[in-house]
Amino acid sequence: MMPMSYFIGLSILMFAMGILGVLLRRNPLIVFMSLELMFNSANLLFVAFSAYHHVLDGQLFVFFVMTTAAAEVAVGLALIVAIFKAKRTIDLDQMSSLKG
Amino acid sequence: MSLFEIASVHPFFQLVPLVVFLPVLGLLINLLVGKYLGEKGIGAVASLATGGAFAVAVLLAIGLGQVSEGATLTLANWMTVGDFSVNWSFRIDTLSVLMMLVVSGVGMLIHIYSIGYMHSDVRHNEDPGRFRRFFVYLNLFIAFMMVLVSSDNFLMLFVGWEGVGLCSYLLIGFWFEKGADGIGNAKAAKKAFVVNRIGDFGLLIALFLLFHNFGTLNFAEIFEQAPAIAAAAPGAIMAITLFMLLGVTGKSAQLPLYVWLPDAMAGPTPVSALIHAATMVTAGVYLVARSQALYVEVPAAQNIVMWVGALTAFFAATIAVGQNDIKKVLAYSTISQLGFMVTAVGMGATVAGMFHLTTHAFFKALLFLGAGSVILGVEHGHAQANQHAEHGHDSFDPQDMREMGGLRKRMPLTFIVYLLGALTLAGIAPLAGFFSKDEILAAANEKSIAIYALLTAAAFLTAFYMGRQLLMVFFGKPRSVASEKASESPLLVTLPLVVLALLSVFGGALNLPGSHILETWLEHTLEGVTPGHFVLTVALISLAVALLGLLLAWLVYGRKPSFENGQPDPLRKPLNGLFTALENKWWVDELYNTVIVRPYDAVARFSAGVIDQGIIDGLINGMGSMVGSLAKAWRRYQNGYVRSYALTIVVGVVLVITYLVLR
Repeated sequence: MMPMSYFIGLSILMFAMGILGVLLRRNPLIVFMSLELMFNSANLLFVAFSAYHHVLDGQLFVFFVMTTAAAEVAVGLALIVAIFKAKRTIDLDQMSSLKG
Repeated sequence: MSLFEIASVHPFFQLVPLVVFLPVLGLLINLLVGKYLGEKGIGAVASLATGGAFAVAVLLAIGLGQVSEGATLTLANWMTVGDFSVNWSFRIDTLSVLMMLVVSGVGMLIHIYSIGYMHSDVRHNEDPGRFRRFFVYLNLFIAFMMVLVSSDNFLMLFVGWEGVGLCSYLLIGFWFEKGADGIGNAKAAKKAFVVNRIGDFGLLIALFLLFHNFGTLNFAEIFEQAPAIAAAAPGAIMAITLFMLLGVTGKSAQLPLYVWLPDAMAGPTPVSALIHAATMVTAGVYLVARSQALYVEVPAAQNIVMWVGALTAFFAATIAVGQNDIKKVLAYSTISQLGFMVTAVGMGATVAGMFHLTTHAFFKALLFLGAGSVILGVEHGHAQANQHAEHGHDSFDPQDMREMGGLRKRMPLTFIVYLLGALTLAGIAPLAGFFSKDEILAAANEKSIAIYALLTAAAFLTAFYMGRQLLMVFFGKPRSVASEKASESPLLVTLPLVVLALLSVFGGALNLPGSHILETWLEHTLEGVTPGHFVLTVALISLAVALLGLLLAWLVYGRKPSFENGQPDPLRKPLNGLFTALENKWWVDELYNTVIVRPYDAVARFSAGVIDQGIIDGLINGMGSMVGSLAKAWRRYQNGYVRSYALTIVVGVVLVITYLVLR
């Protein structure tokens, strides 16, 4: 069996990539993908620890996260379509109408 | 008692709520559909409403003639708090019914008069639309006055007390945009209201004390317990009666709160007659008469009431001598006569006080309405004079007696009734005023020689200033084009004058020495009433004093023509500085201004400017602007980019985790 630290390291890597993607990219589709990356880094840890401790709770939780992620993507894509219809662009830098 | 029970006492007694509800009905009709009724219709509705109340009062009086102890009708429960309960009850007894008769009787005549008077007045003041409003107010006043006199407890009395004060305010300020600088009348109304507030404050305190000491506000219960409580806590009764006196000085225009009444003459003349002479201002006298059971327990308070009344009677009479406005003279005369009444009820001579109240209502209403008729005539003359010649001076004052003169030929009927009224007020036998004033003087003679002397001096001055007024207004030669062209008022105006004149002449019959009708009438309600006896010397002295006053007035004003071409008042020379003092009303208004109004103003200005706007508003505004500037600084971080919010969250999470790890 692979050492636990591999999973944790990979998860940290994925999460960091996700954060950077969300913070730096201007294309909302890429941002979404980065978000998925973060979700899945969490999922990876859930599953890894579940196997490590021989408890099923973690795996169970992953399903919830996946469901939530799916729903979130559905809403997110719909938002993007709506925004595109209104603004004719999906560049995230153009979307600051809520500034104070 | 309820409506059904009271019918078994006497069938007429169940009508008593109508004395309030008929005027209310009248005012509702005028308020809702008066627009379509026309002036005659409005006047008829209002007069009929008051006349109906008068008819009910007459029926009540007939009922009382058979069941003299009267009854109390409970219409509704107002409030019940624990053991304390206040009802809207009508007390039918000889005192309240006497007041109802006076209020509605004189009120009805004044309503009729007002139809004619206001017809001209609204046109003179160029707003005919206010005709209806006037009658609505007038009916409202009658309703509140009825609440006041018919109440069986102090709280309902207070409701009426405040209500009539409100009506007084509304009617003084009836032409609120007129008067000096366009706010003169509004100021007069405000003054009346504020001064009355001071008095009402006293009455309120008296009510609180009554409730505290007696646990009830019901007349019958309080008067029953009064001797016991007075024995246990004499100080409490003393305080109650004195605070009540403060209320009386406010409403009945006694020293030191009389100052509002002369200014109240800013109202239309029928208002001066009804509210500020005949009825509302007598509410204080009624209150003391009603609370006689409390006053007899504390002779010291009685003495104070008596002195306040006597001093007012004399003081106001002196001022009346120096006035040139026809209504101001009558106003000070009213204050003086109210002083007589207050003295009487203070001495315990309640019947004499109520007697004078009744006759005074007749002849003072007559005098005021007569003055109104004179004013109408002079205004009419002024209008005519201006029609022919263009040179009319705009500052013309139709109430200035110096501009009148010789009106007896132009307005003969008004002259005759005014003469009768003036002689009645002066106390010439056998007119009504002679008997009522004499009864007070006789009682004062027994009580205290100083009071007697003061009142006699006041009576002398009364005769003098009435003689002066008669001579200035009706005799001599006309001193202005307006009075030269003055014309007699219409029948609607003069008819009530004739009725009131008859009442003034024969009103003395109410309580003639020997018959004492009013005495026997009131003794069912008032305890310890003894027939005032007729003292021949007192009567002769008062008659002599009255004649002397009139004679002196004739010597000064009648013998040779005065005031021709702006001559000064013939009294000015012999009296010199004193006359200036009288003319300026002893500078009481100025004194109050300096001592009370200005410092109060300064305090108010300080509270409003420094404390309210400075400190309190400063605190609130400071907090507001602090939040504002904080928000302004922070809004830079609300830049609308989701990414930077996310960054904030990330940084936050990192910080929290760092803290948790390194802890």
